[in-house]
Amino acid sequence: MTPLALAIIVFGLALIGWLAARMRAATFRPPGHARFTALPVHYGYFVAICALVPPLVFLAVWSLTAPALVTDTVLATPAAAALPPPGFERASILSEARALGAGRSHGAFHDLAAQLAPAYAAAQTRYDWIATAVALLLAFAGGGLAFTRVRPDFAARTQVERVVMLLLLAASLIAILTTVGIVASLLYESSRFFRIVPIGDFLFGTHWSPQVIDPRDLGASLGAVPLFWGTFFIGAVIAMAVAIPFGLMSAIYLTQYAHAATRAWLKPVIEMLAGVPTVVYGYFAALTVAPAVREVGVALGIANASSESALAAGAVMGIMIIPFVSSMADDSIAAVPAAMRDGSLAMGATPSETIRRVILPAALPGVVGGILLAVSRAIGETMIVVMAASGVATLTANPFASTTTVTKQIVDLLTGEAEFDSAKTLAAFALGLTLFVITLALNVVALSVVKRYREAYE
Amino acid sequence: MTPKISARDVSVFYGAKQAIDHVSIDVDRDTVLAFIGPSGCGKSTFLRTLNRMNDTVASARVTGEILLDGEDIYASGMDVVQLRARVGMVFQKPNPFPKSIYENVAYGPRIHGLATARADLDALVEQSLLRAGLWDEVKDRLSDSGTALSGGQQQRLCIARAIAVDPEVILMDEPCSALDPIATARIEELIHELKGRYAIVIVTHNMQQAARVSQNTAFFHLGRLVEFGATSDIFTNPREERTRDYITGRYG
Repeated sequence: MTPLALAIIVFGLALIGWLAARMRAATFRPPGHARFTALPVHYGYFVAICALVPPLVFLAVWSLTAPALVTDTVLATPAAAALPPPGFERASILSEARALGAGRSHGAFHDLAAQLAPAYAAAQTRYDWIATAVALLLAFAGGGLAFTRVRPDFAARTQVERVVMLLLLAASLIAILTTVGIVASLLYESSRFFRIVPIGDFLFGTHWSPQVIDPRDLGASLGAVPLFWGTFFIGAVIAMAVAIPFGLMSAIYLTQYAHAATRAWLKPVIEMLAGVPTVVYGYFAALTVAPAVREVGVALGIANASSESALAAGAVMGIMIIPFVSSMADDSIAAVPAAMRDGSLAMGATPSETIRRVILPAALPGVVGGILLAVSRAIGETMIVVMAASGVATLTANPFASTTTVTKQIVDLLTGEAEFDSAKTLAAFALGLTLFVITLALNVVALSVVKRYREAYE
Repeated sequence: MTPKISARDVSVFYGAKQAIDHVSIDVDRDTVLAFIGPSGCGKSTFLRTLNRMNDTVASARVTGEILLDGEDIYASGMDVVQLRARVGMVFQKPNPFPKSIYENVAYGPRIHGLATARADLDALVEQSLLRAGLWDEVKDRLSDSGTALSGGQQQRLCIARAIAVDPEVILMDEPCSALDPIATARIEELIHELKGRYAIVIVTHNMQQAARVSQNTAFFHLGRLVEFGATSDIFTNPREERTRDYITGRYG
């Protein structure tokens, strides 16, 4: 039986249980003036859940263990004795045999695979039938047992509520578990990298040229300092030089000067900037801003003004971040009590003096927290720098020169034909891990700053 | 003697709603005038017209004439910044700035350029805190945050902040309503000490307070000025029945 058919049958059983339990519960009459412990629909959901969850959990576990069981069965057959020892060849023969057995492939490259295919098919069929039978049995057993508990004194409602709570908990755990999995895979791949390249060379080396790696001294051309400098220069210096003043000033205008009607349309429009796909910003940077920046640089007499300058990528990234800074600053300025502003105005301070000397200092922790979050966002930003920044790692503070970033290099390292265990490819994971640690630290600091500030005024 | 402030036929509107209806009243020099009346009667709104704090409310509109030393404060040439330096204000809830005690008091002199040398500023801060009766309590911790003081100290800090710019009039909008009785008594004492130097207008819900601190009292009801006169007359022998009912606690 195909998995789809099995799923339909299990859900069908659950539906039948739901209907049956409802109908049965509908006949209940509470004694005297007592209230129902649960509505018919709660009994229905209770039975449906009991019929559904055990087979689904079983199938989930089964799908993880069954392939190993099938392979074990196949390995126990006489033909398997001819397999080569564990390694790449053995794995490829087995996977070919599995494909043949499942009918997904029609000709075998290895003769041995063709011999093993029938054993695979037989084992697979047998285990499939076991799975189907167990799943249906569990569905009947769960639903049936639950149905016998459909009685007026059984509090089905609280049981259903508990299942709902568990379901929501599972949903939130999935996001956390995924993050843990990502970190684990980053750590694993990075540890492989650091086994062949000394961590000191990587973190403190100033020469980065992964295209030509000296096999005798891998670390000499995998020094990440120019990348982190470029990332910092583009994301934290140039982008913030654009985003902080414009974001902050627009937040001040929106909270302090704009009429309610102006604010009502201007704020959503500014926030719409955040919805522009980053790839659009990317080609805006590469095709429009970068040539203009280069011309300005040449006109200023800068000989090495590049059309892949740090300034173009950073400036466009800053524009992308403006709504982010603006909305964080807006929130913290709006949280400053109106009594502060009135107190200052009543002293005869002008609106701009009030903002500069009272409102901004009071809102500063929140604003700083917002800026740190914006920095963390900017240094992780990829698409703009992939399109507009250079691939050459240079250690320079000249905004017109070409600079590269960590994210751009990760993309370059992973798009190519290098094998997956070369130093070049593994370097991408080490870069990713380092970037992840930096942005995580920034986020933790920023959120704690924002949180402490919120507590001060609430 | 001409009055310090003279309001003639003042009406205030919030959008289409009229909050103050043709009020005329004089504020004498160097005395305390109390505004009393039930909640929502417009006494705070009227107080805020005297230093144009209603300007911060976009929908507010003021008609009539308010003269400060004979000069119309709603005239187009009037500089609101100068006006508010001359007519200071203390709010219902203490609102010190999130700065040090020293910086709170030095704020006004700094923005108005009253003291440039550090020594002058120090002297001005000390004098203001002395007049506000706070100096002895804070002289050793001027660099502590103003928000770390107790509620009553914060309110006296706000008074010190207001008098640091040497105003002619001080408006107080229920300055004791957020304070305990002991802190309230300190503020009332302070008002007694200040009255010879400034004209003070105080809005209060507490009729005993009005009787204790003021020389003149104005009773507001539903946006109108019902009765205005010497405090002793208003409390012992009111002309209007509504005033008598309010003072004796029949409503409000």
